[in-house]
Amino acid sequence: MAASVADDRPAPGAAEPNHGLRIFLIWLPVAVIADVLLWVVYGPHMPPGRMSNSAASQQFDIKVMSVIAAPIMAFVLVFGIYALIVWRRRDDDEEDGPPIHGNARIQTTWITVTSVIVLFLAGFGTYELVAPGFAGAGGGEGPSPIWKPSGGTPLQVQVIAQQWRFTYRYPQFGGFETTALMLPVGEPIQFNVTSLDVIHSFWAYQLGVKADANPGVNNVAYTTAEQTGTVTVRCAELCGLWHGAMFNFGKVVSVAAFRAWATKTEAQLASITKILPPYATSYDPTVVPQINKAMAKAGIAGANGYYYPPQDPVQP
Amino acid sequence: MSLPARVVTLVVAFLAVAAVAVFVVVHYFLFSPQLVDFASGVTPDAGATVHVVLQEDPQNTVSSHPDWVSYFIQDPKTGKWLHTTIFRVPAGTKVDMTIYGYDGCTPLRNPYFGKVTGTIGGTEDVDGKPVKQLNSWSGCTVGHTFSIPGINLNVPMGSPGLTATLCGTSPCTSGPHETMTFSFMTPKGTGQYFWQCRIPCGGGFIDGFGGPMQTIGFMTGYMEVVS
Amino acid sequence: MSIETQPERAQGAGGGEPVAPEGKRAWWRRPAIHTAAGGAVVGYLLGHLLGNYLAGSGPSLYPNIVLSDSSDWPIVLGYLLAIIGWLAGLGVFNDVFRQMAGRPAPVSTGVPEHETSGLARYFRYSLDHKVVGIQYLVGMLIYFCTAGLFAMAIRTELLSPTDHVFTSQVYVELVGEHGTMMMMLMSSVILGPFGNYLVPLMIGSKRVAFPRIEALSFWLTPMAFLILLSGLMLGGFPFGWTGYAPLSIQATVGADSYAVAFGLMGISLILAGFNIIVTIICYRAPGMRWSRLPAFIWAMLSTAFLMVLAAPVLVGGMYMLLMDRTAQTAFFEDSLGGSSYLYQNLFWFFGHPEVYILALPGFGIVSEIIPVFCRKPLFAYKVAAAGMIGVSLLSFFVWQHHLFDSGINPDMRPLFMLTTELISIPTGFIYLVALGTFWKAKIRFSVPMLFALGMYFNFLVGGVSGVFLSDVPADTTEHGSFFVMAHFHYTIMGGLIFAFMGGVYYWLPKMMGIKLNEKLGKWQFWTMFIFFNSTFLPLFAVGMAGQPRRVFEYATNLTGINDWVSISSFLLGGSILLFVINFVWSTVFVREREVGNPWQSLGLEWQVPSPPPPGNFEKVPVILTGPYNYGVKDAQPVADLNPPAGVLSAAIAQAAPVEAEA
Repeated sequence: MAASVADDRPAPGAAEPNHGLRIFLIWLPVAVIADVLLWVVYGPHMPPGRMSNSAASQQFDIKVMSVIAAPIMAFVLVFGIYALIVWRRRDDDEEDGPPIHGNARIQTTWITVTSVIVLFLAGFGTYELVAPGFAGAGGGEGPSPIWKPSGGTPLQVQVIAQQWRFTYRYPQFGGFETTALMLPVGEPIQFNVTSLDVIHSFWAYQLGVKADANPGVNNVAYTTAEQTGTVTVRCAELCGLWHGAMFNFGKVVSVAAFRAWATKTEAQLASITKILPPYATSYDPTVVPQINKAMAKAGIAGANGYYYPPQDPVQP
Repeated sequence: MSLPARVVTLVVAFLAVAAVAVFVVVHYFLFSPQLVDFASGVTPDAGATVHVVLQEDPQNTVSSHPDWVSYFIQDPKTGKWLHTTIFRVPAGTKVDMTIYGYDGCTPLRNPYFGKVTGTIGGTEDVDGKPVKQLNSWSGCTVGHTFSIPGINLNVPMGSPGLTATLCGTSPCTSGPHETMTFSFMTPKGTGQYFWQCRIPCGGGFIDGFGGPMQTIGFMTGYMEVVS
Repeated sequence: MSIETQPERAQGAGGGEPVAPEGKRAWWRRPAIHTAAGGAVVGYLLGHLLGNYLAGSGPSLYPNIVLSDSSDWPIVLGYLLAIIGWLAGLGVFNDVFRQMAGRPAPVSTGVPEHETSGLARYFRYSLDHKVVGIQYLVGMLIYFCTAGLFAMAIRTELLSPTDHVFTSQVYVELVGEHGTMMMMLMSSVILGPFGNYLVPLMIGSKRVAFPRIEALSFWLTPMAFLILLSGLMLGGFPFGWTGYAPLSIQATVGADSYAVAFGLMGISLILAGFNIIVTIICYRAPGMRWSRLPAFIWAMLSTAFLMVLAAPVLVGGMYMLLMDRTAQTAFFEDSLGGSSYLYQNLFWFFGHPEVYILALPGFGIVSEIIPVFCRKPLFAYKVAAAGMIGVSLLSFFVWQHHLFDSGINPDMRPLFMLTTELISIPTGFIYLVALGTFWKAKIRFSVPMLFALGMYFNFLVGGVSGVFLSDVPADTTEHGSFFVMAHFHYTIMGGLIFAFMGGVYYWLPKMMGIKLNEKLGKWQFWTMFIFFNSTFLPLFAVGMAGQPRRVFEYATNLTGINDWVSISSFLLGGSILLFVINFVWSTVFVREREVGNPWQSLGLEWQVPSPPPPGNFEKVPVILTGPYNYGVKDAQPVADLNPPAGVLSAAIAQAAPVEAEA
């Protein structure tokens, strides 16, 4: 993609080689080899892998951007190294270089080419984000998502982030809460990510899902797992002292195994589910229905995270 | 300034800065509450048992934050209560833990953590009676929790109740309290597993999770496992 | 009837007799850094006392605050009064009070006779922009090295995922201190030393527009540095340099040091930028048209606009944070009616221009260095200037790319992806200019040129990785991971700091009349370049492999790479140490005089002696041409330093009224 660079003034003589052509001829094989290696050899192994459709689409994005970035970087590097070797100052040469202030054609070409590449990438990225089937590419879309997977209600998994553990609630199975993340393969999954205290971020690496957990906000992210396996979930937003240790592993299993697990766990955890607040897309602990009752009944005056103690009349 | 004067000034300034840096590193960076060792003399992965005793107090009059609730660990050799939250246990060993809960109650932010998980038998004994879960929202039942997320251990602590006059000086030796006992197995291999309390009892901090909840030596710490 | 007028008489500012130069008192009796320190201590104690009174135990004015277990008021008021005490001790308010009392204040156009030499003036509130430039240079080096030591402590912890050198508490403090110190203080790392020193010299002016404001902008930085460091004594802050609420509201008193220091630095940025803008616009010598300005000045202008427009948002955000922490307001607390998103947006609206405040001066320095060492004019000068202005303008429209996964309205994401991709177009112009300048040049590999080349290489990697981050789907994996870390270290450290080093080697002969040791410089460059790349290049892979930022534990299969990176970072620290040694060795011990123009640069600043005399130019020069006329036979010098009498007034009279100052 390098424009062939013409000299700004008449060639001084037959001895002056065509630098532009030389640079192009060095750049071309470097760029082609790099692109082939990136697309064919490294491509299938690029992060984040292909365990889900979001991850696969991200991997494709990274692959495309790599094969565009590599020739650009190669051009600058080849040109630069060529310049540093060929046009370095020879000893005792006290002369200045030619007074080339600019070249309108080169400048226009550069601006046009870079604009085209950049606009292409912006359009490509947008397509990968919004096109049907990509469903927002695994990123958190906020409480009103626009790009959803097609075909029915996805499996709802609520991710509750708190300092310093993720817990998961399954509203379609009675709203039980567990620290184990089990997911079915092949079905669209909707993660409803929220926080109970500070900002965390739910990052399921192999699924290509990342959604920040904000207090009082439901952040929705979609994905569809395409392979079974283990998922690493880490917190990706500094949330205090033990942020670095806030991680757990999840599993993607077959649909039958998932349903069996879900019904079994629902039964096992029935006693604790009874005392949980009813399922909601976000939890403001200060308005959990039991709170007023419990406080009034027990006269609890403990420090429960208010700015003002409960009996203070100016409490907002 | 002459050259010797410049050299001397520079050397003195350099030594002063280096001294300050060393002081900062030693005093602030390498500072840590002391480690209570339960692993010395115990062979890991050999079916042994160690006994770890803790207490949680409504205040701690032994530190610069007297209003902060705090855990204490009992030194196995001397029986004294140490103001620390770091302890070491051998790998693959059964840990019998006793915790004295002297502090009052607060509801859990996420009531799910009223459920006992990760102990041998899935229960804890609160004043001798086995308990599978505690509802922190009904009455004054839960004071704190002892949770080690890395081994999925979560044990809520009972509380002496609203009408009790809580003990005033720490470490508490007398006063109304509940006694929790439970056991768990330490994992194999060397590692560091952090533990925390889940009750938001950092008074005056947003969501109750600041202050002592996020300061090692008070309501959070770590368990070193050595093999 | 005629009105009798009094004959004109010379007057001092504020009326009264023209002022005689300040009497020559002993250095320890004049306001300087020692009185400032005393003032700061007194101020802190007063503030602490006041805070304890307002929020102390016992009968108190504000019982709600008493119930808060972490009493921030003594700390915050202590810091604020310490800042005022510091400035008062420096003598910043002296002139103000003098004028309020009706007494004439010293005129600031000329530098007093006894201020022109000696070491003591560098410790005072000096109004000479060259002194302020050197003060900034030394200050920035101190801040950079301190923050760098924190970085090495972080890497020490990351040597092993299981064996921990520091407790998690100390580690998260270190992360916060390193990040905040660097991002906060390095914003002025080039505009402070080089902008303040060189802008008047490059535009042909004898002074800056607002010497007092410029000096004030410097003297706020040691205070910001010390306040931030003092946070360590208060337990540090566990939220990194971004300070996301509600974690920053939840934190204990160490967070107050962060908020006050960062807010203070924001004020320093506003003042510095404001001064530079007015100086560049209003104090150019006759003949210094916009098309003759050196590229460095364009960079300074764009940076200064960013400082003035973006930093106020930071100051406002930090103020709101302090209010939430101390006065129990609820700006950022969701359960009380606020929003955690408000903080994120306020912070990043400043935060994104901030990173361009960091990057643009680097572009300016390298664009200034390469023509000299290629012996060719800067290729496509207008494109370079347009690129810098374009970056500066567009930087206000991209901030939501830090929030792609935060749950923002999904419609915004393609829009901000587009603007973020677009900003790479003007950024790319720098490379057009560089490659064009290298074409058929006569490249000399002196140390400044080496650093400029290093900057171009590093920024290429950093900039391209930025394009990867701007793609929303790819960003889902990359956000919050070490990929981002590697990206910004490449652009900021690899770009800005390499340019800074290049600038130091290039301009130190001008600023101090001393040349840094060339051999040591080459050693320093190569070690720094090699170890910098070996430290940060693997981090792209580490981030893509799933390691989030600011963690003290990570997956064990990444131990090998993390160890490699940590060892490289120690060696990188060693190369910075080499720089410090070279700097100290050359400026304190050897002091090899370098008068004149060692690089044979055509710039205007090189036409005056090294170091420049107090008034820079004996007479206001008339600018004849731009500074990039390399290769032109019998080129005119950039300026006529001894214009014939009448040229100045004739030029002014001849120009149209609206261009009278140009």
